[in-house]
Amino acid sequence: MPLPYNEIVMEHFRHPHNVGGIEDADAKSVEGSPACGDRGAVYLKVDPEALRIEDVKFESYGCASNIATGSIITDLAKGKTLEEAKSITWKQAAEALGGLPPVKTHCSVLAVDGLRAAIENYEERHGLVKEREPTTVEVVRKRLKRVMNPVTGLDVVRTNLVEDVEVSDGTVRIVVDLPVDHQFANNIREEIIEKIEPRWDVERVEIEFVE
Amino acid sequence: MMFEDVVYLDNAAATRLDERVLESMKPYFFDMYAVATSQFGYSLGIDARDALDEARVQIASALGADSEEFIFTSGGTESSNLAIKGVALALGDKKGRHIVTSAVEDFPVLHSARALKRQGFDLTVVQVDEHGRVDMDQLRDSIRPDTILVSIQAANQEIGTLQDVATIGEICQEKGVLFHTDATHSFPRVPLDVRELPVHLVTVSAHTIHGPKGVGGLYVREGTPIRKWMDGGFQESDLRPGVEDIPAAAGFARAVELVTVDETARLRVMRDRLIERLLEIPHTHLNGHPVHRLPHNVNVSFRFVEGESLLLHLDMRGFAVSTGSACFSRSLEASHVILAIGGDHERAHGSVRFTLGRYNEEGHVDAVVKAVAEVVAELRKISPLGKE
Repeated sequence: MPLPYNEIVMEHFRHPHNVGGIEDADAKSVEGSPACGDRGAVYLKVDPEALRIEDVKFESYGCASNIATGSIITDLAKGKTLEEAKSITWKQAAEALGGLPPVKTHCSVLAVDGLRAAIENYEERHGLVKEREPTTVEVVRKRLKRVMNPVTGLDVVRTNLVEDVEVSDGTVRIVVDLPVDHQFANNIREEIIEKIEPRWDVERVEIEFVE
Repeated sequence: MMFEDVVYLDNAAATRLDERVLESMKPYFFDMYAVATSQFGYSLGIDARDALDEARVQIASALGADSEEFIFTSGGTESSNLAIKGVALALGDKKGRHIVTSAVEDFPVLHSARALKRQGFDLTVVQVDEHGRVDMDQLRDSIRPDTILVSIQAANQEIGTLQDVATIGEICQEKGVLFHTDATHSFPRVPLDVRELPVHLVTVSAHTIHGPKGVGGLYVREGTPIRKWMDGGFQESDLRPGVEDIPAAAGFARAVELVTVDETARLRVMRDRLIERLLEIPHTHLNGHPVHRLPHNVNVSFRFVEGESLLLHLDMRGFAVSTGSACFSRSLEASHVILAIGGDHERAHGSVRFTLGRYNEEGHVDAVVKAVAEVVAELRKISPLGKE
């Protein structure tokens, strides 16, 4: 059948592994937004002595690519230490799935981000964060790479939507090259705030839309 | 899975060709294959000309039009491009450069209008209400002295909403402006008679009514200012150059003839049952108008569920449907129609369109509802949404 997904992806989509929530989870993350079509949650159960992932589950409001990546990434992470799990890349997940269609990359990256965010959530909750990195223009740009431009399916940095970033005294100012009345302007604004505001040294996020 | 096992519910996108249509086309491939010549040509060519004229008369009469007012094109896309760009070419340097359309038009109209905007035309996009119907006050107010064309569809491609074309026609007549309507999805199931409706241009297509793909037509009221934008010969009233596709024209005419009032009534009964049964699934919302709706269109949104996943699961169970989800589209943009009727992105991503056709049977309704209910329940189980 001429489906864009290969058999491994379809098998994980049909019968995803590690699906659901964990009631007494030690950590949790929610990534993505319905505007882009996907939202995923990741739950962790961690052995506090060995810092090893005892159990990991995920939930997905997403397409086949997101569901399949959630399935494989949780398979890969289970039993690994937090450090090992953190270093699992999207590329490894995509390879384990035998490849994904390029237009579906973001849906898949989202699932990988979800795992990392859940691990970060655990580290923050358990005082494992070593040194807090100050928010710089580079840090902001890096985080903005997780905000998608729904028109293309690629992130807002790569598609040149981010025209300017300024950071001063806890205020982050971001100029977005998009009309303010664009179909996705509000969603992009919300997503940017979601990614930047939680940083420890950020007090205000200002977003300006210019055409 | 074998083709005959698939329950096909995407008849707005394309339809299975009716065998009787194929039979009507065959003679023009093997016997009367000559180019349609003038009455002074050789007899093979005259036969071809007669066949083309006969097809033209049949389709025109289904619109209440004279045959000279109907031209064949390669499909609805070309028809709408010709209508909009053709009027712009004829009037852009004379009457004005303002065009009015609606927020829920299909891409041929929407993108033709946008293409003209890039060339310096002015565009007003009239908004629609929660059911997808054009706001008549806004339409009236948007027409200016330099408005050359109002292009508003007869029926919506996704949510099936029928526009009140009678009132739109009246407004245009009152204001003295040309009116084009895209009837790709309603012709000929929803009656449209140009003797009663003050419309100047109507887009129609064969692919939605079990006719061949790649053939459509444009009704052009006599005297309408329009110019061709593709250059070549003088075919089709000097509006659409190129060697006429006579088998396709004959097939289109036969397809129109085969659509009956009884069949449309049968589809309407199935549609109503499908809507009723789907709405029994919790958190399900009907998109489009509950009454003014295409007889074969159903469009619902399932909350907390993403359309592409739903579509794939249904495909694996042998059902073909369509979704307004961004993930399904090529650009990852959510359906502009669902957004225009005030739906949020989640409603667009969870929207599913079922469109019925001649080869659907009563049993298909219950079968697809059963499958949808199961898949929706499964996907909701793994969804992080809707659990608060």
